[in-house]
Amino acid sequence: HNRASPSAFLWYLKCMFFLFFFVVQDLGVRIPRPLGNGPSRFIPEKEILQISKVDARTQSIFEDAFAALGRLDNISLVMGFHPQYLGSFLRTQHYLLQMDGPLSLHYRHYIGIMAAARHQCSYLVNLHVNDFLQVGGDPKWLNGLDEAPQKLQQLGELNKILAHRPWLLTKEHIECLLKAEEHSWSLAELIHAVVLLTHYHSLASFTFGCGITPEIHCDGGHTFRPPSLSQYCVCDIANGNGHANHHDDPLGNQMCGEVEVLMERMKQLQECRDDEEASQEEMATRFEREKTESMLVATAEDEECVPSRDISRHFEDPSYGYKDFSRRGEHVPTFRVQDYSWEDHGFSLVNRLYPDVGQMLDEKFQMAYNLTYNTMATHKDVDTSMLRRAIWNYIHCMFGIRYDDYDYGEINQLLDRSFKIYIKTMVCSPEKTTKRMYESFWRQFQHSEKVHVNLLLMEARMQAELLYALRAITRYMT
Amino acid sequence: MEKMSRVTTALGSSAISGRTMFCHLDAPANAISVCRDATQVVVAGRNIFKIYALEEEQFVEKLNLRVGRKPSLNFSCADVMWHQMEENLLATAATNGAVVTWNLGKPSRNKQDQLFTEHKRTVNKVCFHPTEVYMLLSGSQDGFMKCFDLRKKESVSTFSGQSESVRDVQFSMKDYFTFAASFENGNVQLWDIRRPDRYERMFTAHTGPVFCCDWHPDDRGWLATGGRDKMVKVWDMTTNRAKEIYCVQTIASVARVKWRPERKFHLATCSMMVDHNIYVWDVRRPFIPFATFEEHKDVTTGIVWRHQHDPHFLLSGSKDSTLYQHMFKDATRPVDKANPEGLCFGLFGDLAFAAKESLISSDANRKPYPGGDRRYPIFFFKKPDPTEQFAHVSSALSVFETDLDSNRMDWFVKTAQLYLLCGKPFAELCDHNAKVAQELKRPQVSTTWTMLRIMFSDPANLTMPGLNHNLSKLGTLPLMNSFNMKEMSSGMGTESRLERSKGESRQDNIHLEPGNSHASNNNEENEETEGSEGQAEYMFCDAELDDDDLYSMENDNQAEEQEYMLPQEAFQLRHEIIDNPSAPEHLQQDKADSPHVSGNEAEVTCLTPIESFSLISISQPLFSPHLPASFFCPIVREMLSYYAEQGDVQMAVSVLIVLGDRIRKEIDDLTQEHWYMSYIDLLQRFELWNVSNEVIKLSTCSAITCLNQASTTLHINCSNCKRPMSNKGWICDRCHQCASVCAVCHHVVKGLFVWCQGCSHGGHLEHIMNWLKSSTHCPAGCGHLCEYT
Repeated sequence: HNRASPSAFLWYLKCMFFLFFFVVQDLGVRIPRPLGNGPSRFIPEKEILQISKVDARTQSIFEDAFAALGRLDNISLVMGFHPQYLGSFLRTQHYLLQMDGPLSLHYRHYIGIMAAARHQCSYLVNLHVNDFLQVGGDPKWLNGLDEAPQKLQQLGELNKILAHRPWLLTKEHIECLLKAEEHSWSLAELIHAVVLLTHYHSLASFTFGCGITPEIHCDGGHTFRPPSLSQYCVCDIANGNGHANHHDDPLGNQMCGEVEVLMERMKQLQECRDDEEASQEEMATRFEREKTESMLVATAEDEECVPSRDISRHFEDPSYGYKDFSRRGEHVPTFRVQDYSWEDHGFSLVNRLYPDVGQMLDEKFQMAYNLTYNTMATHKDVDTSMLRRAIWNYIHCMFGIRYDDYDYGEINQLLDRSFKIYIKTMVCSPEKTTKRMYESFWRQFQHSEKVHVNLLLMEARMQAELLYALRAITRYMT
Repeated sequence: MEKMSRVTTALGSSAISGRTMFCHLDAPANAISVCRDATQVVVAGRNIFKIYALEEEQFVEKLNLRVGRKPSLNFSCADVMWHQMEENLLATAATNGAVVTWNLGKPSRNKQDQLFTEHKRTVNKVCFHPTEVYMLLSGSQDGFMKCFDLRKKESVSTFSGQSESVRDVQFSMKDYFTFAASFENGNVQLWDIRRPDRYERMFTAHTGPVFCCDWHPDDRGWLATGGRDKMVKVWDMTTNRAKEIYCVQTIASVARVKWRPERKFHLATCSMMVDHNIYVWDVRRPFIPFATFEEHKDVTTGIVWRHQHDPHFLLSGSKDSTLYQHMFKDATRPVDKANPEGLCFGLFGDLAFAAKESLISSDANRKPYPGGDRRYPIFFFKKPDPTEQFAHVSSALSVFETDLDSNRMDWFVKTAQLYLLCGKPFAELCDHNAKVAQELKRPQVSTTWTMLRIMFSDPANLTMPGLNHNLSKLGTLPLMNSFNMKEMSSGMGTESRLERSKGESRQDNIHLEPGNSHASNNNEENEETEGSEGQAEYMFCDAELDDDDLYSMENDNQAEEQEYMLPQEAFQLRHEIIDNPSAPEHLQQDKADSPHVSGNEAEVTCLTPIESFSLISISQPLFSPHLPASFFCPIVREMLSYYAEQGDVQMAVSVLIVLGDRIRKEIDDLTQEHWYMSYIDLLQRFELWNVSNEVIKLSTCSAITCLNQASTTLHINCSNCKRPMSNKGWICDRCHQCASVCAVCHHVVKGLFVWCQGCSHGGHLEHIMNWLKSSTHCPAGCGHLCEYT
């Protein structure tokens, strides 16, 4: 590893610090070592650390983040591929957690824990358990939601619905929270809570989608066992982390031309748009088809994974999930974005009740949606807007959100099945994302591009949840 | 009827008649438009597309344009416009990106005429040319504007905004070739219809999307824009650079804006979120709507004036699925409910007061203001407009001038600076302050101080024996002292200086022979307050009696107060910030023989009468003939309220601080807080920062003391590249140099950093202090003559 790189240095500094901590604690008897190899299980450590060497901007953002938080978490390291976005992301997160806002600090972290626990994201839970205790939260609350104040317990229902079936949210839910005698929430508090919940739901998606490894100081982030080969799983050795390059993968060669095919299709769509004008009914059916199909995309090997007791204590009703409804083939009602959009409606509501946050979210959404380097894998000067729009709209489609002005046939052309499986899993039950899924889509694309996709997924999901929540609040208010 | 209303000059209200009325629609409306002769209105929405006839008493559905079994998205309208020349022609903007025209003259049920599907995204707006029959303009989410010639199958020109989505397009009413477009990123562009290659001009009108714009119907240069930032702005476009001439701040994002016909300064707005009302503003009076229509139960999505020359009828459609006709005479006038009085202080203490003329005119002594009517015209004259049923408030402005001398606030500044609020025994503080007041020719205040001393401090004369008694035991005090002095050398700012003065005064007391200094002290005071001498003596006599009496008497009920005092002193020595007497700490046992209780020190901030009792109590338990200090409390309380009422909040706060716990309990916290706030505010207006800080520090209200801990951030520039430091660390992120390097030792300064405001060089406090002892030049060698004070 190149120690000259500042972020690599920070990474080592972090390790060293905790090493020191444990050495002091145990008089050098036990020395913890990081369990993972770098910040992500999916992406070779080398690549992540290399990025900051060349990009001065990433470097300075890392430094800022380190100075502000006293740590540089693995999420930020991975997002470092996209410094423009990272800056916006960190600014928003910092504002949500640290700056002026209607909720007290320990409430904010606890809500973060609740939201992350919904997706069994131990990484985020551990991170925020530490923060929660640090800002003076009552450790008793961590035993489970029943030990937390009544007010937070009531948020459980909203958390559950938002995470898995936001379209079921009605103004009655909102009314319930706002009119609960002494445990009631104020509108401003509720908005803050909703933004936090959606932020952490979608961040959990990102965490699983990029295979973020636990922080060294958190549970599961370090081991006291001596290093031995048994530590590494075979696939780790095979797929990067220094040795075999991902792109030389023999399977990859087989899929050669995937990128070219995709580009060709985009070009065709661009040109042929005017030739065959699909009828209105055709358009509507295309949307419905995509929506129902998205339900049927099997999420992972359907193994029943029971959440570990440790995390499930932060939420009730662990069996409630997206899966439930897709199996029953429930109908997701259509939400027309032209009738309630983030730009026109959501923004105004958030900004009214929680000033500045609307602006920050707006910037973040735009940043994620418009981010492009005009490259695809090895090709340069490609207009990727069509692909990005397809991904964004596909996710909104899964939540029943429809754009009148979008031809959902494009999705079918541009997103292949393995990609759809990945998206679906990541958005709806992120805890089931596996390394194999990560590797099986877009084999020729670079890791930074896959992280880019993850950013899109994360922001689209957050916006979708927010739209439903804000619409319910608006309906309550009128 | 039709012919009559075609008259293009202003109409009397006889031409169109009607009343405020509404009808239910089947679905929420997105936009409405009215035909030229003002007899029909078209309502368009996602699930509705109908034409209603406007009759005298009601709306009558005339035509449903949504035909066909399968509802097509082409019917899902974001916007609709009725042609103002050709009464059979309509255009709609569909959410799926289609632009559709409709010909009402078609014999078939389906009136759809042309379909343009050139836009890739939702079309937000369509606009017919005001005079040209076949010209239609559209603006879409995809960032393009297209101009269609309705005789052709496709657009004749495409305009690329090169920015984001287009939210509104409007042809100019007067310039044949010009149209304005507003964008989601806050820009407004002006285009010439003949030049599709680039815009004529562009300017940023709002932060965030500009949802709407509207050209003034008469004044060719005026363009009104409304945005998500809740503002309506009127731009003068005749100058080289678009100039903002009026700005109205509303309470929610502005979805539509429409100039009111025949009223040059009026425009109507409605909002997209939260606020359901329609407002009509007079742009010259941006603070209060001229009229409000409050009928809708959900957001209003479309507004249009029924006739382009009649200002009395407004039509509106809403998400609550209703269509309204509002009569202007039925509008609510917020002005009527407003309080038309204004009050303002001038720089030199003049007072201006504006009120309804009717209230003031009775006052015969009024003289016309010498300035005449230079003031804002709107307050004073407004063309009486017979067509408006609106009583304009005509206000009378009275200016009360105060002659400069009597209004001088010098006394306030001097008093604030000279008053001593702490740091000396109570009696001395009173005397000092009395003297200050005397010198400033304020005898009443002066007398008040003297009386306060008499009331509360008589027993304090007797602290001396107690003090001696204590001092004799002060074994550890010198140690504490040296600690304090050492700290001081690295102390900071005014506080450290304050600390120093305390430290010194205490040291004096220690080094002086206690007997001497205090004897003289005693004498002085006794001389001045002769009347009380007897009493004092009396108490001296009884000094030798047993202590238990007092303990049984005093400690029971006053132990609590005593507790406060000792810890406070202990705190002050080490820690300046937690200078909060209300922090309870139980050092009760210490009070009799604590080495900390030197008389002076205990009195530094708030020696209470109780405490002074406790000190004497050791020697003189019996003092019943003396009136207890608490006896005076009600009078003092009244006195303080009196001063505060009179506007001399300075006196109230000063006494409050000097008396400390003697009086604090007597006055409720809110009042105290109020006084403190007022006084601090005054001090800050006079830029007496040090005094205000001292007051904050000495105050006992938690709400006040915390003022000192707010906004403690200091923004600095990098000393190398002179740009703001955004980093929290010591390294400037722009030039990657250590920004705060000590000019003397060249190490990074972590902690206290002192720098010259002239040349911005500096370093460790000690280093700079030492350096400037021997040299007057800047240690960095920049040649600046630095000053250290």
